[in-house]
Amino acid sequence: MADVIEVGAARGDAPPPAGRNRRRGATERGHRATPYLFLAPYLVLFLVFGLAPILFGIWISLHQWDLQLPNRPFIGLENYRDLFSSDSADYADWWSSVRATAIFTVLSVPLLVVVPLGLALLLNEKFPGRTFFRAAFFAPYVLGVAVIGLLWRFLLDANLGLINRLLGAVGLPADTPWVTDVPWAWVSLVGVTVWWTCGFNAVIYLAGLQDIPAELYEAARVDGATAWDRFRHVTLPGLRPVLLFVLTTTILASANVFGQSFLITQGAPGEQTRTVVWRIVDEGLRNYDVGQASAMSVLFALLLAVVSIVNFRLFRYRED
Amino acid sequence: MTNVRRVARYGALLLITAVFVTPLVWMLLTSLKTYEDAQQDPPSWLPHPFSTYGFDQILGNTANPVLRWFLNSMLAASLHTLLVLVTASMAAYALARLRFRGRKVSFALIVGTLFLPPTSLIIPNFVIADRLGWIDTLTVIVVPGAASAFGVFFLRQFFLSIPAELEEAAVLDGANHWQVFSQVLLPLSKPALATLAVLSFLTNWNDFLWPVYVLFSPERLTLPAGLGLLQGAYVTDYPVIMAGAVLASVPVLILFVLAQRHIIQGVSRSGLKG
Repeated sequence: MADVIEVGAARGDAPPPAGRNRRRGATERGHRATPYLFLAPYLVLFLVFGLAPILFGIWISLHQWDLQLPNRPFIGLENYRDLFSSDSADYADWWSSVRATAIFTVLSVPLLVVVPLGLALLLNEKFPGRTFFRAAFFAPYVLGVAVIGLLWRFLLDANLGLINRLLGAVGLPADTPWVTDVPWAWVSLVGVTVWWTCGFNAVIYLAGLQDIPAELYEAARVDGATAWDRFRHVTLPGLRPVLLFVLTTTILASANVFGQSFLITQGAPGEQTRTVVWRIVDEGLRNYDVGQASAMSVLFALLLAVVSIVNFRLFRYRED
Repeated sequence: MTNVRRVARYGALLLITAVFVTPLVWMLLTSLKTYEDAQQDPPSWLPHPFSTYGFDQILGNTANPVLRWFLNSMLAASLHTLLVLVTASMAAYALARLRFRGRKVSFALIVGTLFLPPTSLIIPNFVIADRLGWIDTLTVIVVPGAASAFGVFFLRQFFLSIPAELEEAAVLDGANHWQVFSQVLLPLSKPALATLAVLSFLTNWNDFLWPVYVLFSPERLTLPAGLGLLQGAYVTDYPVIMAGAVLASVPVLILFVLAQRHIIQGVSRSGLKG
Protein backbone atom coordinates (compact mmCIF):
# COMPACT_ATOMS: atom_id res chain seq x y z
CA MET A 1 0.00 0.00 0.00
CA ALA A 2 2.72 2.46 1.01
CA ASP A 3 4.60 1.73 -2.20
CA VAL A 4 1.65 2.46 -4.39
CA ILE A 5 1.10 5.79 -2.73
CA GLU A 6 4.76 6.73 -2.90
CA VAL A 7 4.90 6.03 -6.58
CA GLY A 8 1.62 7.84 -7.08
CA ALA A 9 2.70 10.90 -5.16
CA ALA A 10 5.97 11.10 -7.04
CA ARG A 11 4.24 10.89 -10.38
CA GLY A 12 1.68 13.52 -9.53
CA ASP A 13 4.47 15.97 -8.91
CA ALA A 14 6.25 15.64 -12.23
CA PRO A 15 8.08 18.95 -12.78
CA PRO A 16 10.80 19.82 -10.28
CA PRO A 17 9.30 21.99 -7.53
CA ALA A 18 10.04 25.66 -7.84
CA GLY A 19 8.49 27.07 -4.70
CA ARG A 20 6.30 26.55 -1.73
CA ASN A 21 2.98 27.19 -3.43
CA ARG A 22 3.76 24.81 -6.18
CA ARG A 23 4.63 22.11 -3.77
CA ARG A 24 1.52 22.61 -1.74
CA GLY A 25 -0.63 22.52 -4.83
CA ALA A 26 0.95 19.26 -5.74
CA THR A 27 0.21 17.63 -2.39
CA GLU A 28 -3.34 18.73 -2.45
CA ARG A 29 -3.78 17.19 -5.84
CA GLY A 30 -1.43 14.32 -5.23
CA HIS A 31 -1.95 11.37 -7.45
CA ARG A 32 -5.57 10.96 -8.37
CA ALA A 33 -5.87 7.55 -6.77
CA THR A 34 -4.21 8.48 -3.48
CA PRO A 35 -7.32 9.70 -1.60
CA TYR A 36 -9.25 6.64 -2.67
CA LEU A 37 -6.50 4.34 -1.51
CA PHE A 38 -6.62 5.94 1.92
CA LEU A 39 -10.39 5.65 1.97
CA ALA A 40 -10.62 2.15 0.50
CA PRO A 41 -10.11 -0.12 3.53
CA TYR A 42 -12.81 1.64 5.56
CA LEU A 43 -15.04 2.12 2.55
CA VAL A 44 -15.14 -1.62 1.90
CA LEU A 45 -16.25 -2.24 5.50
CA PHE A 46 -18.73 0.60 5.34
CA LEU A 47 -20.28 -0.47 2.06
CA VAL A 48 -20.62 -4.12 3.07
CA PHE A 49 -21.72 -3.77 6.71
CA GLY A 50 -22.97 -0.19 6.97
CA LEU A 51 -24.65 0.90 3.75
CA ALA A 52 -25.58 -2.29 1.89
CA PRO A 53 -27.52 -3.71 4.87
CA ILE A 54 -29.88 -0.72 4.81
CA LEU A 55 -30.95 -1.43 1.23
CA PHE A 56 -30.62 -5.18 1.60
CA GLY A 57 -32.86 -5.11 4.69
CA ILE A 58 -35.62 -3.38 2.74
CA TRP A 59 -35.16 -5.87 -0.10
CA ILE A 60 -35.41 -8.86 2.28
CA SER A 61 -38.54 -7.40 3.88
CA LEU A 62 -40.34 -7.57 0.53
CA HIS A 63 -39.80 -11.33 0.27
CA GLN A 64 -41.04 -14.42 1.95
CA TRP A 65 -37.53 -15.18 3.11
CA ASP A 66 -36.86 -18.12 5.37
CA LEU A 67 -33.18 -18.82 5.99
CA GLN A 68 -33.81 -22.55 5.79
CA LEU A 69 -35.84 -22.54 2.58
CA PRO A 70 -34.31 -22.23 -0.92
CA ASN A 71 -37.23 -20.32 -2.47
CA ARG A 72 -37.68 -16.68 -1.59
CA PRO A 73 -40.69 -15.40 -3.50
CA PHE A 74 -41.32 -11.67 -3.78
CA ILE A 75 -44.46 -10.84 -1.82
CA GLY A 76 -44.51 -7.05 -1.87
CA LEU A 77 -45.71 -5.51 1.35
CA GLU A 78 -47.27 -8.63 2.80
CA ASN A 79 -44.77 -8.87 5.66
CA TYR A 80 -45.75 -5.35 6.63
CA ARG A 81 -49.45 -6.04 6.25
CA ASP A 82 -49.08 -9.02 8.61
CA LEU A 83 -47.91 -6.69 11.36
CA PHE A 84 -51.12 -4.67 11.07
CA SER A 85 -53.73 -7.36 10.57
CA SER A 86 -54.97 -8.91 13.77
CA ASP A 87 -55.52 -12.34 12.19
CA SER A 88 -51.83 -12.89 11.38
CA ALA A 89 -49.64 -15.11 13.55
CA ASP A 90 -47.17 -12.33 14.33
CA TYR A 91 -49.63 -9.62 15.22
CA ALA A 92 -50.05 -10.23 18.96
CA ASP A 93 -46.36 -10.86 19.71
CA TRP A 94 -45.27 -7.86 17.67
CA TRP A 95 -47.61 -5.37 19.31
CA SER A 96 -46.90 -6.80 22.74
CA SER A 97 -43.21 -6.10 22.14
CA VAL A 98 -44.00 -2.60 20.88
CA ARG A 99 -46.01 -2.00 24.04
CA ALA A 100 -43.17 -3.26 26.24
CA THR A 101 -40.64 -1.06 24.47
CA ALA A 102 -42.92 1.96 24.69
CA ILE A 103 -43.48 1.46 28.43
CA PHE A 104 -39.75 1.11 29.03
CA THR A 105 -38.89 4.14 26.91
CA VAL A 106 -41.53 6.41 28.42
CA LEU A 107 -40.46 5.48 31.96
CA SER A 108 -36.70 5.52 31.48
CA VAL A 109 -36.08 8.55 29.25
CA PRO A 110 -37.29 11.28 31.66
CA LEU A 111 -35.17 9.78 34.45
CA LEU A 112 -32.15 9.44 32.18
CA VAL A 113 -32.46 13.06 31.12
CA VAL A 114 -33.04 14.55 34.58
CA VAL A 115 -31.00 12.43 37.03
CA PRO A 116 -27.70 12.80 35.12
CA LEU A 117 -28.26 16.55 34.92
CA GLY A 118 -28.49 16.62 38.70
CA LEU A 119 -25.30 14.60 39.00
CA ALA A 120 -23.52 16.87 36.55
CA LEU A 121 -24.57 19.98 38.48
CA LEU A 122 -23.22 18.40 41.67
CA LEU A 123 -19.89 17.82 39.95
CA ASN A 124 -19.70 21.06 38.04
CA GLU A 125 -17.69 23.10 40.55
CA LYS A 126 -14.06 22.41 41.28
CA PHE A 127 -13.53 20.68 44.61
CA PRO A 128 -11.17 18.02 45.95
CA GLY A 129 -12.24 14.50 44.96
CA ARG A 130 -14.26 15.61 41.97
CA THR A 131 -12.48 13.29 39.54
CA PHE A 132 -12.97 10.38 41.91
CA PHE A 133 -16.72 10.93 42.18
CA ARG A 134 -17.08 11.37 38.44
CA ALA A 135 -15.27 8.06 37.93
CA ALA A 136 -17.44 6.32 40.52
CA PHE A 137 -20.64 7.51 38.85
CA PHE A 138 -19.38 6.45 35.46
CA ALA A 139 -17.99 3.06 36.53
CA PRO A 140 -21.12 0.93 35.93
CA TYR A 141 -21.27 2.14 32.35
CA VAL A 142 -17.94 0.56 31.39
CA LEU A 143 -19.36 -2.85 32.25
CA GLY A 144 -21.32 -4.66 29.59
CA VAL A 145 -24.99 -5.48 29.73
CA ALA A 146 -24.13 -9.16 30.30
CA VAL A 147 -22.35 -8.35 33.56
CA ILE A 148 -25.00 -5.86 34.62
CA GLY A 149 -27.78 -8.28 33.76
CA LEU A 150 -26.33 -11.18 35.74
CA LEU A 151 -25.47 -8.96 38.67
CA TRP A 152 -28.95 -7.43 38.95
CA ARG A 153 -30.75 -10.69 38.32
CA PHE A 154 -28.94 -11.78 41.49
CA LEU A 155 -29.48 -8.56 43.46
CA LEU A 156 -33.19 -8.56 42.57
CA ASP A 157 -33.73 -12.28 43.21
CA ALA A 158 -36.88 -12.42 45.36
CA ASN A 159 -35.39 -14.82 47.91
CA LEU A 160 -31.60 -14.55 47.77
CA GLY A 161 -31.24 -11.02 46.46
CA LEU A 162 -29.60 -8.23 48.39
CA ILE A 163 -32.40 -5.75 47.63
CA ASN A 164 -35.18 -7.70 49.31
CA ARG A 165 -32.93 -8.59 52.22
CA LEU A 166 -31.98 -4.97 52.77
CA LEU A 167 -35.64 -3.98 52.57
CA GLY A 168 -36.50 -6.72 55.06
CA ALA A 169 -33.76 -5.56 57.40
CA VAL A 170 -35.37 -2.12 57.70
CA GLY A 171 -38.85 -3.58 58.17
CA LEU A 172 -40.19 -3.16 54.64
CA PRO A 173 -41.82 -5.99 52.65
CA ALA A 174 -39.07 -8.46 51.76
CA ASP A 175 -40.87 -10.56 49.18
CA THR A 176 -41.34 -8.19 46.22
CA PRO A 177 -41.19 -10.19 42.95
CA TRP A 178 -38.81 -7.73 41.28
CA VAL A 179 -38.12 -9.76 38.18
CA THR A 180 -41.16 -11.97 37.78
CA ASP A 181 -44.21 -9.72 38.00
CA VAL A 182 -45.38 -6.33 36.80
CA PRO A 183 -45.22 -3.53 37.70
CA TRP A 184 -42.08 -4.54 39.63
CA ALA A 185 -40.37 -5.86 36.52
CA TRP A 186 -40.65 -2.40 34.96
CA VAL A 187 -39.30 -0.74 38.08
CA SER A 188 -36.36 -3.14 37.96
CA LEU A 189 -35.60 -2.71 34.26
CA VAL A 190 -35.85 1.07 34.43
CA GLY A 191 -33.97 1.30 37.73
CA VAL A 192 -31.11 -0.89 36.54
CA THR A 193 -30.84 1.04 33.29
CA VAL A 194 -30.72 4.38 35.11
CA TRP A 195 -28.07 3.00 37.46
CA TRP A 196 -26.09 1.60 34.56
CA THR A 197 -26.11 4.49 32.07
CA CYS A 198 -26.75 7.72 33.94
CA GLY A 199 -23.01 8.29 34.45
CA PHE A 200 -22.66 8.38 30.67
CA ASN A 201 -25.22 11.16 30.25
CA ALA A 202 -23.77 12.97 33.27
CA VAL A 203 -20.35 13.13 31.60
CA ILE A 204 -21.92 14.60 28.46
CA TYR A 205 -23.80 17.19 30.51
CA LEU A 206 -20.65 18.01 32.45
CA ALA A 207 -18.78 18.82 29.25
CA GLY A 208 -21.71 20.99 28.18
CA LEU A 209 -21.79 22.80 31.51
CA GLN A 210 -18.11 23.59 31.26
CA ASP A 211 -18.67 25.22 27.88
CA ILE A 212 -21.05 27.80 29.36
CA PRO A 213 -18.97 30.98 29.81
CA ALA A 214 -18.37 31.82 33.48
CA GLU A 215 -19.03 35.52 32.68
CA LEU A 216 -22.70 34.72 32.11
CA TYR A 217 -22.99 33.43 35.67
CA GLU A 218 -21.04 36.41 36.96
CA ALA A 219 -23.33 38.81 35.16
CA ALA A 220 -26.42 37.04 36.47
CA ARG A 221 -25.02 37.19 40.00
CA VAL A 222 -24.30 40.89 39.69
CA ASP A 223 -27.92 41.36 38.62
CA GLY A 224 -28.99 39.63 41.82
CA ALA A 225 -30.23 36.38 40.23
CA THR A 226 -30.88 33.51 42.64
CA ALA A 227 -29.40 30.07 42.09
CA TRP A 228 -32.68 28.92 40.55
CA ASP A 229 -32.79 31.98 38.24
CA ARG A 230 -29.24 31.24 37.13
CA PHE A 231 -30.19 27.63 36.42
CA ARG A 232 -33.28 28.62 34.43
CA HIS A 233 -31.84 31.52 32.49
CA VAL A 234 -28.16 30.66 32.10
CA THR A 235 -27.63 26.92 32.55
CA LEU A 236 -30.66 25.52 30.70
CA PRO A 237 -30.38 27.77 27.62
CA GLY A 238 -26.63 27.14 27.51
CA LEU A 239 -27.24 23.39 27.60
CA ARG A 240 -29.90 23.36 24.89
CA PRO A 241 -27.84 21.61 22.18
CA VAL A 242 -26.49 19.13 24.73
CA LEU A 243 -29.99 18.47 26.06
CA LEU A 244 -31.20 17.80 22.56
CA PHE A 245 -28.32 15.39 21.99
CA VAL A 246 -28.89 13.59 25.29
CA LEU A 247 -32.64 13.37 24.71
CA THR A 248 -32.28 12.01 21.19
CA THR A 249 -29.58 9.46 21.95
CA THR A 250 -31.34 8.35 25.13
CA ILE A 251 -34.64 7.76 23.32
CA LEU A 252 -32.76 5.73 20.71
CA ALA A 253 -30.87 3.75 23.35
CA SER A 254 -33.98 3.06 25.42
CA ALA A 255 -36.04 2.03 22.40
CA ASN A 256 -33.29 -0.43 21.52
CA VAL A 257 -33.28 -2.07 24.94
CA PHE A 258 -32.55 -5.78 24.78
CA GLY A 259 -30.00 -7.20 27.22
CA GLN A 260 -31.68 -5.99 30.39
CA SER A 261 -34.97 -7.73 29.71
CA PHE A 262 -33.25 -10.73 28.10
CA LEU A 263 -31.17 -11.36 31.22
CA ILE A 264 -32.96 -9.78 34.17
CA THR A 265 -36.68 -10.38 33.66
CA GLN A 266 -36.17 -12.88 30.83
CA GLY A 267 -39.35 -11.50 29.31
CA ALA A 268 -41.39 -12.28 32.42
CA PRO A 269 -44.17 -12.21 33.40
CA GLY A 270 -45.28 -14.21 30.37
CA GLU A 271 -43.73 -12.25 27.54
CA GLN A 272 -44.76 -8.87 28.83
CA THR A 273 -41.23 -7.45 29.08
CA ARG A 274 -40.06 -8.86 25.73
CA THR A 275 -38.88 -5.86 23.71
CA VAL A 276 -38.98 -5.02 20.01
CA VAL A 277 -35.31 -5.72 19.37
CA TRP A 278 -35.63 -9.08 21.10
CA ARG A 279 -38.75 -9.85 19.03
CA ILE A 280 -36.90 -8.94 15.82
CA VAL A 281 -33.81 -11.05 16.43
CA ASP A 282 -35.88 -13.99 17.63
CA GLU A 283 -38.11 -13.84 14.57
CA GLY A 284 -35.15 -13.58 12.23
CA LEU A 285 -32.35 -15.51 13.86
CA ARG A 286 -34.21 -18.12 15.92
CA ASN A 287 -37.30 -18.71 13.76
CA TYR A 288 -35.28 -17.95 10.58
CA ASP A 289 -38.08 -15.77 9.18
CA VAL A 290 -35.77 -12.94 8.14
CA GLY A 291 -38.37 -11.52 5.78
CA GLN A 292 -40.80 -10.83 8.58
CA ALA A 293 -37.99 -9.73 10.92
CA SER A 294 -36.70 -7.27 8.32
CA ALA A 295 -40.15 -5.76 7.92
CA MET A 296 -40.26 -5.25 11.69
CA SER A 297 -36.78 -3.77 11.57
CA VAL A 298 -37.58 -1.32 8.79
CA LEU A 299 -40.81 -0.23 10.47
CA PHE A 300 -38.99 0.23 13.76
CA ALA A 301 -36.17 2.27 12.19
CA LEU A 302 -38.71 4.51 10.45
CA LEU A 303 -40.59 5.04 13.68
CA LEU A 304 -37.38 6.02 15.48
CA ALA A 305 -36.42 8.35 12.65
CA VAL A 306 -39.77 10.10 13.01
CA VAL A 307 -39.29 10.40 16.77
CA SER A 308 -35.84 11.93 16.26
CA ILE A 309 -37.10 14.41 13.68
CA VAL A 310 -40.05 15.45 15.86
CA ASN A 311 -37.61 15.84 18.69
CA PHE A 312 -35.40 18.21 16.69
CA ARG A 313 -38.40 20.18 15.45
CA LEU A 314 -39.91 20.61 18.89
CA PHE A 315 -36.67 21.78 20.37
CA ARG A 316 -35.93 24.19 17.59
CA TYR A 317 -39.49 25.48 17.71
CA ARG A 318 -39.32 26.26 21.40
CA GLU A 319 -36.12 28.16 20.88
CA ASP A 320 -37.77 30.69 18.54
CA MET B 1 -22.73 28.48 55.77
CA THR B 2 -20.19 27.37 53.18
CA ASN B 3 -19.02 24.69 55.59
CA VAL B 4 -22.55 23.37 55.97
CA ARG B 5 -22.91 23.33 52.20
CA ARG B 6 -19.61 21.56 51.79
CA VAL B 7 -20.56 18.84 54.25
CA ALA B 8 -23.97 18.47 52.60
CA ARG B 9 -22.31 18.16 49.20
CA TYR B 10 -19.86 15.50 50.30
CA GLY B 11 -22.63 13.67 52.13
CA ALA B 12 -24.75 13.57 49.00
CA LEU B 13 -21.81 12.57 46.82
CA LEU B 14 -20.78 9.74 49.13
CA LEU B 15 -24.34 8.45 49.27
CA ILE B 16 -24.63 8.46 45.49
CA THR B 17 -21.23 6.81 45.17
CA ALA B 18 -22.45 4.05 47.48
CA VAL B 19 -25.44 3.47 45.20
CA PHE B 20 -23.18 3.11 42.17
CA VAL B 21 -20.40 1.12 43.75
CA THR B 22 -22.10 -1.18 46.28
CA PRO B 23 -23.55 -3.56 43.64
CA LEU B 24 -20.08 -3.95 42.12
CA VAL B 25 -18.54 -4.64 45.50
CA TRP B 26 -21.30 -7.16 46.22
CA MET B 27 -20.50 -8.91 42.94
CA LEU B 28 -16.85 -9.24 43.92
CA LEU B 29 -17.60 -10.36 47.50
CA THR B 30 -20.14 -12.95 46.33
CA SER B 31 -17.65 -14.39 43.86
CA LEU B 32 -15.39 -15.15 46.83
CA LYS B 33 -18.07 -17.00 48.84
CA THR B 34 -19.00 -20.66 49.05
CA TYR B 35 -22.41 -21.78 47.80
CA GLU B 36 -23.76 -22.14 51.35
CA ASP B 37 -22.33 -18.78 52.40
CA ALA B 38 -24.15 -17.01 49.55
CA GLN B 39 -27.46 -18.60 50.57
CA GLN B 40 -27.34 -17.25 54.13
CA ASP B 41 -30.15 -15.08 55.42
CA PRO B 42 -29.41 -12.46 56.61
CA PRO B 43 -26.44 -12.29 54.25
CA SER B 44 -22.97 -11.61 55.54
CA TRP B 45 -21.11 -8.86 53.74
CA LEU B 46 -17.69 -10.45 53.92
CA PRO B 47 -17.16 -13.99 52.65
CA HIS B 48 -16.89 -16.38 55.54
CA PRO B 49 -14.61 -18.08 54.77
CA PHE B 50 -12.97 -16.48 51.71
CA SER B 51 -13.26 -19.15 49.07
CA THR B 52 -12.09 -19.76 45.54
CA TYR B 53 -15.09 -22.04 44.98
CA GLY B 54 -16.69 -19.82 42.31
CA PHE B 55 -13.49 -19.34 40.34
CA ASP B 56 -12.54 -23.03 40.67
CA GLN B 57 -15.91 -23.93 39.18
CA ILE B 58 -15.59 -21.69 36.14
CA LEU B 59 -11.91 -22.17 35.43
CA GLY B 60 -11.89 -25.94 35.49
CA ASN B 61 -15.14 -26.21 33.58
CA THR B 62 -15.22 -28.21 30.34
CA ALA B 63 -18.96 -27.79 29.63
CA ASN B 64 -18.63 -24.03 29.97
CA PRO B 65 -15.05 -23.17 28.98
CA VAL B 66 -15.00 -19.74 30.58
CA LEU B 67 -11.26 -19.26 30.22
CA ARG B 68 -11.57 -19.96 26.52
CA TRP B 69 -14.36 -17.38 26.27
CA PHE B 70 -12.14 -14.89 28.03
CA LEU B 71 -9.33 -15.47 25.52
CA ASN B 72 -11.77 -15.32 22.58
CA SER B 73 -13.06 -11.96 23.82
CA MET B 74 -9.55 -10.66 24.38
CA LEU B 75 -8.45 -11.66 20.88
CA ALA B 76 -11.61 -10.39 19.19
CA ALA B 77 -11.60 -7.04 20.99
CA SER B 78 -7.88 -6.51 20.28
CA LEU B 79 -8.17 -7.32 16.58
CA HIS B 80 -11.30 -5.24 16.29
CA THR B 81 -9.56 -2.27 17.89
CA LEU B 82 -6.60 -2.62 15.53
CA LEU B 83 -8.90 -2.81 12.52
CA VAL B 84 -10.83 0.28 13.60
CA LEU B 85 -7.65 2.28 14.24
CA VAL B 86 -6.09 1.48 10.87
CA THR B 87 -9.17 1.86 8.68
CA ALA B 88 -10.74 4.83 10.47
CA SER B 89 -7.52 6.86 10.68
CA MET B 90 -6.73 6.36 6.99
CA ALA B 91 -10.26 7.26 5.94
CA ALA B 92 -10.31 10.24 8.29
CA TYR B 93 -7.05 11.49 6.77
CA ALA B 94 -8.53 11.37 3.29
CA LEU B 95 -11.70 13.12 4.44
CA ALA B 96 -9.92 15.79 6.47
CA ARG B 97 -6.88 16.57 4.32
CA LEU B 98 -7.28 15.38 0.76
CA ARG B 99 -9.42 16.74 -2.02
CA PHE B 100 -11.13 14.28 -4.27
CA ARG B 101 -14.28 13.74 -6.21
CA GLY B 102 -17.04 12.29 -4.03
CA ARG B 103 -15.57 13.49 -0.76
CA LYS B 104 -18.65 15.37 0.38
CA VAL B 105 -21.01 12.62 -0.65
CA SER B 106 -19.04 9.89 1.09
CA PHE B 107 -18.71 11.96 4.25
CA ALA B 108 -22.45 12.71 4.28
CA LEU B 109 -23.28 9.03 3.81
CA ILE B 110 -20.91 7.98 6.58
CA VAL B 111 -22.21 10.57 9.03
CA GLY B 112 -25.79 9.77 8.05
CA THR B 113 -25.44 6.23 9.39
CA LEU B 114 -24.43 7.64 12.79
CA PHE B 115 -28.10 8.38 13.38
CA LEU B 116 -29.22 4.89 12.50
CA PRO B 117 -29.79 2.54 15.44
CA PRO B 118 -27.24 -0.27 14.94
CA THR B 119 -29.83 -2.88 15.89
CA SER B 120 -31.77 -2.07 12.72
CA LEU B 121 -28.96 -3.59 10.63
CA ILE B 122 -28.69 -6.85 12.53
CA ILE B 123 -30.92 -8.97 10.32
CA PRO B 124 -29.39 -8.01 6.95
CA ASN B 125 -25.90 -8.13 8.47
CA PHE B 126 -26.57 -11.65 9.67
CA VAL B 127 -27.61 -12.70 6.17
CA ILE B 128 -24.51 -11.03 4.70
CA ALA B 129 -22.20 -12.63 7.27
CA ASP B 130 -23.88 -15.95 6.58
CA ARG B 131 -23.18 -15.65 2.84
CA LEU B 132 -19.55 -14.85 3.60
CA GLY B 133 -19.39 -18.00 5.72
CA TRP B 134 -18.53 -16.00 8.82
CA ILE B 135 -21.26 -17.18 11.19
CA ASP B 136 -19.87 -18.90 14.28
CA THR B 137 -16.32 -17.62 13.66
CA LEU B 138 -14.17 -15.00 15.34
CA THR B 139 -14.27 -12.89 12.15
CA VAL B 140 -17.94 -12.09 12.61
CA ILE B 141 -17.16 -10.57 16.01
CA VAL B 142 -14.13 -8.63 14.77
CA VAL B 143 -15.10 -7.18 11.39
CA PRO B 144 -18.71 -5.99 10.88
CA GLY B 145 -18.68 -3.64 13.88
CA ALA B 146 -15.70 -1.80 12.36
CA ALA B 147 -18.10 -0.33 9.77
CA SER B 148 -19.33 2.02 12.49
CA ALA B 149 -19.05 5.64 11.43
CA PHE B 150 -18.04 6.84 14.86
CA GLY B 151 -14.27 6.31 14.52
CA VAL B 152 -14.00 8.04 11.15
CA PHE B 153 -16.12 10.95 12.30
CA PHE B 154 -14.27 11.28 15.60
CA LEU B 155 -10.79 11.22 14.02
CA ARG B 156 -11.75 13.50 11.15
CA GLN B 157 -12.88 16.14 13.63
CA PHE B 158 -9.63 15.73 15.54
CA PHE B 159 -7.46 15.96 12.41
CA LEU B 160 -9.27 19.13 11.37
CA SER B 161 -8.39 20.68 14.73
CA ILE B 162 -4.65 20.15 14.09
CA PRO B 163 -3.01 22.99 12.13
CA ALA B 164 -1.74 21.78 8.77
CA GLU B 165 1.58 23.69 8.95
CA LEU B 166 3.64 20.76 10.19
CA GLU B 167 2.33 18.60 7.40
CA GLU B 168 3.11 21.31 4.87
CA ALA B 169 6.64 21.53 6.21
CA ALA B 170 6.99 17.76 5.81
CA VAL B 171 5.80 18.05 2.22
CA LEU B 172 8.43 20.73 1.64
CA ASP B 173 10.98 18.20 2.79
CA GLY B 174 9.73 15.85 0.12
CA ALA B 175 7.41 13.62 2.11
CA ASN B 176 4.57 11.84 0.31
CA HIS B 177 1.02 11.43 1.66
CA TRP B 178 1.72 8.16 3.35
CA GLN B 179 4.73 9.64 5.15
CA VAL B 180 2.83 12.77 6.12
CA PHE B 181 0.02 10.63 7.46
CA SER B 182 2.05 8.06 9.33
CA GLN B 183 5.00 10.15 10.49
CA VAL B 184 3.48 13.56 11.11
CA LEU B 185 -0.26 13.39 11.61
CA LEU B 186 -0.58 10.12 13.55
CA PRO B 187 2.05 10.99 16.18
CA LEU B 188 0.26 14.32 16.72
CA SER B 189 -3.02 12.45 17.17
CA LYS B 190 -1.96 10.03 19.89
CA PRO B 191 -4.56 11.22 22.43
CA ALA B 192 -7.43 10.85 19.96
CA LEU B 193 -6.15 7.47 18.79
CA ALA B 194 -5.89 6.28 22.38
CA THR B 195 -9.43 7.42 23.09
CA LEU B 196 -10.76 5.65 20.02
CA ALA B 197 -8.78 2.52 20.88
CA VAL B 198 -10.17 2.35 24.40
CA LEU B 199 -13.75 3.01 23.31
CA SER B 200 -13.54 0.43 20.50
CA PHE B 201 -12.12 -2.18 22.84
CA LEU B 202 -14.81 -1.53 25.44
CA THR B 203 -17.63 -1.66 22.91
CA ASN B 204 -16.43 -4.90 21.38
CA TRP B 205 -15.59 -6.55 24.70
CA ASN B 206 -19.04 -5.73 26.09
CA ASP B 207 -21.08 -6.48 22.99
CA PHE B 208 -23.85 -8.92 23.85
CA LEU B 209 -26.71 -9.12 21.35
CA TRP B 210 -24.64 -9.86 18.24
CA PRO B 211 -22.41 -12.60 19.75
CA VAL B 212 -25.43 -14.28 21.37
CA TYR B 213 -27.05 -14.72 17.97
CA VAL B 214 -24.07 -15.31 15.65
CA LEU B 215 -21.98 -17.70 17.74
CA PHE B 216 -23.13 -21.23 18.53
CA SER B 217 -20.21 -23.52 19.33
CA PRO B 218 -19.41 -23.49 23.06
CA GLU B 219 -15.68 -23.12 22.40
CA ARG B 220 -16.19 -20.10 20.13
CA LEU B 221 -18.30 -17.88 22.38
CA THR B 222 -17.16 -14.53 23.67
CA LEU B 223 -17.34 -14.01 27.41
CA PRO B 224 -20.58 -11.94 27.48
CA ALA B 225 -22.36 -14.48 25.26
CA GLY B 226 -21.05 -17.27 27.49
CA LEU B 227 -22.19 -15.59 30.68
CA GLY B 228 -25.79 -16.10 29.57
CA LEU B 229 -25.11 -19.85 29.40
CA LEU B 230 -23.48 -19.75 32.79
CA GLN B 231 -26.62 -18.23 34.27
CA GLY B 232 -28.69 -20.99 32.68
CA ALA B 233 -26.37 -23.72 33.97
CA TYR B 234 -25.88 -22.47 37.52
CA VAL B 235 -29.28 -20.79 38.17
CA THR B 236 -28.90 -19.77 41.83
CA ASP B 237 -25.31 -20.84 42.39
CA TYR B 238 -24.41 -17.18 42.57
CA PRO B 239 -20.73 -17.41 43.56
CA VAL B 240 -20.03 -19.17 40.24
CA ILE B 241 -22.12 -16.73 38.18
CA MET B 242 -20.57 -13.73 39.94
CA ALA B 243 -17.08 -15.16 39.37
CA GLY B 244 -17.88 -15.14 35.64
CA ALA B 245 -19.15 -11.58 35.89
CA VAL B 246 -16.00 -10.52 37.75
CA LEU B 247 -13.84 -12.09 35.06
CA ALA B 248 -15.71 -10.09 32.42
CA SER B 249 -15.43 -6.89 34.46
CA VAL B 250 -11.77 -6.93 35.47
CA PRO B 251 -10.21 -6.07 32.09
CA VAL B 252 -12.58 -3.17 31.42
CA LEU B 253 -12.33 -1.84 34.95
CA ILE B 254 -8.53 -1.91 34.72
CA LEU B 255 -8.77 -0.16 31.37
CA PHE B 256 -11.13 2.38 32.91
CA VAL B 257 -8.77 3.14 35.78
CA LEU B 258 -5.78 3.46 33.46
CA ALA B 259 -7.50 5.36 30.67
CA GLN B 260 -10.23 7.20 32.54
CA ARG B 261 -9.28 10.51 31.03
CA HIS B 262 -9.50 9.13 27.49
CA ILE B 263 -12.84 7.46 28.05
CA ILE B 264 -14.43 10.50 29.66
CA GLN B 265 -13.02 12.82 27.02
CA GLY B 266 -14.16 10.56 24.23
CA VAL B 267 -17.66 10.39 25.63
CA SER B 268 -17.97 14.09 26.25
CA ARG B 269 -16.58 14.99 22.85
CA SER B 270 -18.92 12.58 21.08
CA GLY B 271 -21.75 14.36 22.85
CA LEU B 272 -20.77 17.86 21.86
CA LYS B 273 -19.96 17.14 18.27
CA GLY B 274 -22.96 14.92 17.65
